[in-house]
Amino acid sequence: MSDAVIQAAKDDAAADLFTPTQSVAARFRRNKLSIFGAVIVVMAFAAALLAPWLSPLNPDAVDASSRLAPIGTEGHLLGSDELGRDILSRLIWGARVTLLVSLSATAIALIVGTFLGLISGYFLGWLDSVIMRLIDILMAFPYFLLALAVIAVLGPGLLNGMIAVALVNIPFFTRIVRGVTLSVRESDYVMAARGIGASNTRILVRHVLLNCVSTIIVAGTLNIGWMITAAAALSFLGLGVQPPTSDWGTMLSSGRQFLSAAPHVATLPGLAIFITVLGFNLLGDGLRDALDPRLRE
Amino acid sequence: MSEQVESRASPKASDAAAQSPVQAEHEAALLDVVGLKTHFFTFGGVVKAVDGVSLSVRRGETLGVVGESGCGKSVTALSIIGLVPDPPGRTVAGRIDFEGRGDLVGAGAEAMREIRGNEISMIFQEPMTSLNPVFRVGMQIAEAIRLHRKVSKKEAMDSAIEMLGLVGIPSPMARARDYPHQLSGGMRQRVMIAMAMACQPKLLLADEPTTALDVTVQAQILDLMNRMKEASGAAIMLITHDMGVIAEMCQRVSVMYAGVVVEHTDVQTLFANPLHPYTVGLLDSIPRGRGRGGVSGQLKTIPGIVPNLLHLPKGCRFQDRCSQVHAACRQSEPPLARSFDEDGAGHLVRCWLHVSPAETPARPQDQS
Repeated sequence: MSDAVIQAAKDDAAADLFTPTQSVAARFRRNKLSIFGAVIVVMAFAAALLAPWLSPLNPDAVDASSRLAPIGTEGHLLGSDELGRDILSRLIWGARVTLLVSLSATAIALIVGTFLGLISGYFLGWLDSVIMRLIDILMAFPYFLLALAVIAVLGPGLLNGMIAVALVNIPFFTRIVRGVTLSVRESDYVMAARGIGASNTRILVRHVLLNCVSTIIVAGTLNIGWMITAAAALSFLGLGVQPPTSDWGTMLSSGRQFLSAAPHVATLPGLAIFITVLGFNLLGDGLRDALDPRLRE
Repeated sequence: MSEQVESRASPKASDAAAQSPVQAEHEAALLDVVGLKTHFFTFGGVVKAVDGVSLSVRRGETLGVVGESGCGKSVTALSIIGLVPDPPGRTVAGRIDFEGRGDLVGAGAEAMREIRGNEISMIFQEPMTSLNPVFRVGMQIAEAIRLHRKVSKKEAMDSAIEMLGLVGIPSPMARARDYPHQLSGGMRQRVMIAMAMACQPKLLLADEPTTALDVTVQAQILDLMNRMKEASGAAIMLITHDMGVIAEMCQRVSVMYAGVVVEHTDVQTLFANPLHPYTVGLLDSIPRGRGRGGVSGQLKTIPGIVPNLLHLPKGCRFQDRCSQVHAACRQSEPPLARSFDEDGAGHLVRCWLHVSPAETPARPQDQS
């Protein structure tokens, strides 16, 4: 019974002897669920990157003879949609668009949000008040309504959809980073850095930002999951990705009309979204447990 | 009250009072702080953490600043180096003259950054948290060097390793590659000293450098600071609440209480003939081992606590805790002045038992 506990204690003791990177990896490996999440994420990325080699058929090839083919049909492993396009191939190619949109949207939100959070939490005063009130305004809008408003102004499309979901997620990063900055700026080592004559910029970049990195990584990973759902939802409403490109959201949307006749056409992209989001969330949780020293026993 | 004061006045003291502080002493001082007031503007009111502190540090000497927690020692040091958190704190009055080059209080942020770590360095109380956990210690010392010297990364790292060796860290090459969490408290404080001394500052502000350390390590760190001081010729302003550390390290001492200096003299005089009741209390509360602390051998304490800086009493700040309090103490605050029962030229005290109301406030400059 206590063997596991003793082993865990030994692992912890061992982890402390290694460099931070090694001990984080050791703690991460102990969490089976996060490994599972990491595997899913790696598979999703592999599908996206290797789409031309992995997909059995051209995802846009229409085959009138095999419309709405069920799962397991010869030549169409996961069946085909209402135009006879191979669902497996479309899922693999769709991973590209879905991941591209959610990753770049996360990157935009992360960079802008982190920047705002850093200067807001570090300099405080009127700058902080202005930034945080703007963030409050951004947050006061219902999440999806704001994205719709952005699309309404910029017009539907892949790029605009990306900007819309990015904008909506800026407050998430700003608030998290501001919180960490507020605590780091009061730390003794920031005081000591001032004591050796470091400038504000230097302290912000080298001391505050680098101590926020683990938090930002975790927030970013968890955020990608949200972004996938948000991007899929926009596509589902026909406001995101425009034909002929398609992501999992548009597949879900077009398959919805045949839900009673051929449920797999809508269900499979839905499952793909579900599993990928789950993968990112498990990975994010695992990273948080591994990186956040406060959760360590 | 006046009777008592007059009866204690001696001709010798009046003569000494007539002499104005010697001008040459001002110029010899490396750091000269006059009437420093640093206040914190809080919702509850203005906290006068430092309320008119004057002190000076001469080249190559160690000035001790001693007092209880919350008496303004650290804020004084932070004010000198310009690191008082603003808001809520601000230096509202006073002059800080460094090397006769003018006032640091009004100096711009850029000018202060040039001085910090280069000419005036600070060692903080908490070695466990004063190093950035995400950088190797060698790099942190090299950073301090590269902020003030135009040297390559390689040269800075070489100097950093040399500094680690100087502060007595074994195998400095290997330790430079360690992260702070891999070092013990004493080792980290050595790293902090290496960092502070890396640019050969002229003045080192040490804010309770040994308080957070084990007793055995304390002596080593004090010894190291003395050796570093002798090697570099730097002056030290040593903040502590430990009279033992004062005796070990300092040439002159300023005793602080509730935001002001209450006694200032050289270290021998302070221990042999303390004047201010607060100083007497501090010396009495040093543990002295069996049989020397009175009949019962119990440790003496000073009754009461430091007054709330938001609501200072009228008159002497120490009145509520003083065993020799009398009417004058409740009337007005005594100046920091030469005592009339003068034992040496430079014994300054802020107490109605030892200065007369006619005394002109003196600067903590002595003529020894």
